[in-house]
Amino acid sequence: MTHAQPTTEHSQANAVVRHTGHPGAKEYVAIAVILAIITAVEVAIYYLPALRPILPPVLIVLSLTKFSMVALFFMHLKFDSRFFSVVFITGILIAVFVFVVFLSMIRVFFV
Amino acid sequence: MQHAEPLDHGVAEAPSLGVDNRKLLMWLFLGSEAMFFGSLIATYLLYRGKSVAGPFPGHGFDYNIPYTSVSSFVLLMSSLTMVLALAAIQRGDQRGLRTWLLATALLGLVFVGGQAFEFTSFVQKGVTIHTNVFGSSFFTLTGFHGAHVTIGIVILLSLFVMALRGRFTPENALTIELAGLYWHFVDVVWILIFTLVYLISPK
Repeated sequence: MTHAQPTTEHSQANAVVRHTGHPGAKEYVAIAVILAIITAVEVAIYYLPALRPILPPVLIVLSLTKFSMVALFFMHLKFDSRFFSVVFITGILIAVFVFVVFLSMIRVFFV
Repeated sequence: MQHAEPLDHGVAEAPSLGVDNRKLLMWLFLGSEAMFFGSLIATYLLYRGKSVAGPFPGHGFDYNIPYTSVSSFVLLMSSLTMVLALAAIQRGDQRGLRTWLLATALLGLVFVGGQAFEFTSFVQKGVTIHTNVFGSSFFTLTGFHGAHVTIGIVILLSLFVMALRGRFTPENALTIELAGLYWHFVDVVWILIFTLVYLISPK
């Protein structure tokens, strides 16, 4: 029975998981400023009567943009192994699937 | 008779997927949390407008959007302070780590305090978890989110105490990163709740 060679293989694994090219503090602050601006735009749109008809899709797009920016930059999904993205997105997709199935169960999609 | 060779305790197996096992565990956990909060948000959306009695949005009840906007901004900024804490320890800045960890915890406390105040104001307006399906779905969703934030605050304060004792180095910064992943997830859930529950609601 052979044992794992923790010193060499662990170092190699660490080298694999070690990611480079992360944003610095300035970039993080810039992203936070963008997120704050998007939030302000969302609230401003909420108070504009002329935009009421298109409020839901516009707000959803803006919130998904914020969601993506936090996930990609603050949670480092952009710079890490794609496997983490697969795991995270799979959970989200399952939730969406359950939601759609439930809508079908209560006959939202039937005329 | 051959005996099996004793296990070499204390030595971790090299990961076979090329990723750190602890980080993988955290992402798997967050994936399950995505399903959990996705279900709660979906339930709220499906019950929207279905209450037969009691106040609900558009019928004798309105959200305080300016108040919740400020709460949302506070939580958003806590994500910034959290990632700055990670950046600090990755470059060996102990003081920066402590500062930003404490800032994150304090911002989280402000958010939770704001939520608690908002809940009490809703109760005064006649909306409780028992009132109608709006009250049930709203308080279940935001209550679970608030509980997650509270747990995050406890984690952050624990890490702060450990940081005071000099427990963190650039080599073991993964601990801070894992806490950061949890905290950022709590923030993205609120991003969705703020939009889907508060902003897209009948006036």
